Amino acid sequence: MVRANIVLAAALLLCALGLVTSQHRARKFFVDLERAQAQAAQHEVRWNQLQLEQTALAKASLIDARARRDLAMQPVSAERTLYLMFDPVARVARVGTPLAEPQAAGRRPAAPAHRTGGR
Amino acid sequence: MARTSRRNVPFASNPLLRVKLPAYRSQLMMLLVAIAFVALGARAVWLQVFSQTFLQKQGEMRYAKTIELPASRGKILDRNGVVLASSLPARAVWAVPEEVEATPAQLAALSKLLGLSERELRRKLADEDRSFVYLKRQVDAEVAERVAALQIAGVHQQREYKRYYPQGETIAHVVGFTNVEDVGQEGIELARNPDLAGRSGSRRVIRDRLGRVIEDVEAVREPHNGRDLALSIDSKIQFLAFDALREAVRENKAKAGAAVVLDVHTGEILALANWPTYNPNQRGQLSGAQLRNRVITDTFEPGSTMKPFTIALALETGQVTPGTVIQTAPGRLTIGPNTIGDAHAYGPLTVEQIIQKSSNVGTAKIALNMPAQKMWEMYTALGLGQAPRIGFPGAVAGRVRPYRSWRPIEQATMSYGYGLSVSLLQLARAYTVFANDGELVPLSMFKVDGAPEGYRVIKTQTARAVRHMLEMAAGPGGTAPQAQISGYRVAGKTGTAHKRDGGRYVGKYVASFVGFAPASAPRVIVAVMIDEPSAGKYYGGLVSAPVFARIAGDTLRTLRVPPDAPLARLNVPAEPVKESL
Repeated sequence: MVRANIVLAAALLLCALGLVTSQHRARKFFVDLERAQAQAAQHEVRWNQLQLEQTALAKASLIDARARRDLAMQPVSAERTLYLMFDPVARVARVGTPLAEPQAAGRRPAAPAHRTGGR
Repeated sequence: MARTSRRNVPFASNPLLRVKLPAYRSQLMMLLVAIAFVALGARAVWLQVFSQTFLQKQGEMRYAKTIELPASRGKILDRNGVVLASSLPARAVWAVPEEVEATPAQLAALSKLLGLSERELRRKLADEDRSFVYLKRQVDAEVAERVAALQIAGVHQQREYKRYYPQGETIAHVVGFTNVEDVGQEGIELARNPDLAGRSGSRRVIRDRLGRVIEDVEAVREPHNGRDLALSIDSKIQFLAFDALREAVRENKAKAGAAVVLDVHTGEILALANWPTYNPNQRGQLSGAQLRNRVITDTFEPGSTMKPFTIALALETGQVTPGTVIQTAPGRLTIGPNTIGDAHAYGPLTVEQIIQKSSNVGTAKIALNMPAQKMWEMYTALGLGQAPRIGFPGAVAGRVRPYRSWRPIEQATMSYGYGLSVSLLQLARAYTVFANDGELVPLSMFKVDGAPEGYRVIKTQTARAVRHMLEMAAGPGGTAPQAQISGYRVAGKTGTAHKRDGGRYVGKYVASFVGFAPASAPRVIVAVMIDEPSAGKYYGGLVSAPVFARIAGDTLRTLRVPPDAPLARLNVPAEPVKESL
């Protein structure tokens, strides 16, 4: 009877200690989770900020001004544009004027490539 | 026995004990103790039963807390994912005036950080009666941190969001803006506020004595962030349109201008530009003129841009063919007491030439042979007189009077665009019937997947015939040779309308141009309107057509549309055909 009591008491003690440890660990993990979530939120904010900055720096008006003023670039004009036409027979692109020959029905001509003078 | 015990234990036989105390004293004592116990019991019942909820709440307040989980406002993006509006966390700096204790140096630093004058700051803090005053709202997080570092007692901060518009004035009228409370006030921000705003959530937590969160008590109510919206706008095309428009307005010393670019097949609005405009990031002083989205909310008498619809109706009913000759000499036509006229007396013109030269007399003659009801039905089918449903605040319907009240002179003037009013957007949309082989396409401010169902207004061959006429009008022999683009065939119609002031037509004009390109397989519709050009030129062909050419050419190249015309030098006559007013 006494022995059984001792065993039970020991078991109780162990359980109590286990409970304390597990509670402690639960709280620790919880704190870690909190921290990670806060970090995620911060990253999100940072990402938004960078995205905004990128957009602001890549603004068309800014690029346009830079290109015109600093790089002395000019808009595309017909005189300085070279069109590459895809020749389906030889499977190569050739310099040519579009519509010099009528386009074959149902075939989309290759997208024109602009050569814009930067100098 | 009793006597013996008394003798043996004398101390128990204290004579005091022999004194008989009155019974009521012990009873009174008993009663008092009993009352005390009852009081205790009652108090216990009071605390445990009646005040239970209150006390539990009080206890919980000391360890549990509900934390608000704010939802961030959704972003507004263009069709390619470029950010047009986005929110970042910011702080509101507030103070309790009577608690503020700051050295002059601290105040100076604070005023500098907040961008307030020191006098203004002192004035805000001087009002001791108020227990709360905002010093400044929407302070950048970085600045807020430096304010916090000053550690001034009585100055506090509160989290909030600040909205940024990186594209600024270019697209201000489409996107709109929010107020400091993050509620949409204009444009898409207003129209789609419920979608963008999101719903904030909350969580209930237990905190330890240091205020750290230890665990969640209940299930977390997750915040629902606002949805990101992808507009149909292409920010690159938007800039091209805006830039071209701005230059044209300046060059022509005009009061205002508007331009819109539509995708012919999907009905998406690729660009919508207005001048004057404003910077949504700095909204210090805004005037109504700056805020007005002229493309959608302004109506004007369209003038000659309406002629193609009259002609299309005549072709549709079989009344004329493109080759039918109409006598326009002597360049004027008298209807009752009124006379309408052309810029020149052209003599006999084919229907095609009537559009090419923009003859009022020719158009009116054709229109007068048609029943008014048919014309009204055509206008209504084109969406004139009804606000376009694009989910945008302030879209106006324009004005088309019921046909029963039309007098013959009105029917004649309406055929060439006077006596009815439209918005630029309606006009651009109406032109989709020509560009889209007779089908009217619903417009969209948001990105569309796949082409939407169109609504047939005219036959395919009618649309193609009118397209050919419009191409002539935008050619060397037409009213708008300056609309030509190298490498692409264009089609379009000029409009130059007198403005009305106090019921009378005055010497002010609205110069417009609506057209599409490439004419062989239209891809975009561009509509341009310049209000009150005052630098000498005022014809749509001279003022608005060059803007069209610039916007359409750049747009087609941006969209990588293959050219459908040789890259020859353009044939632009020095003096184009004068439009009839």
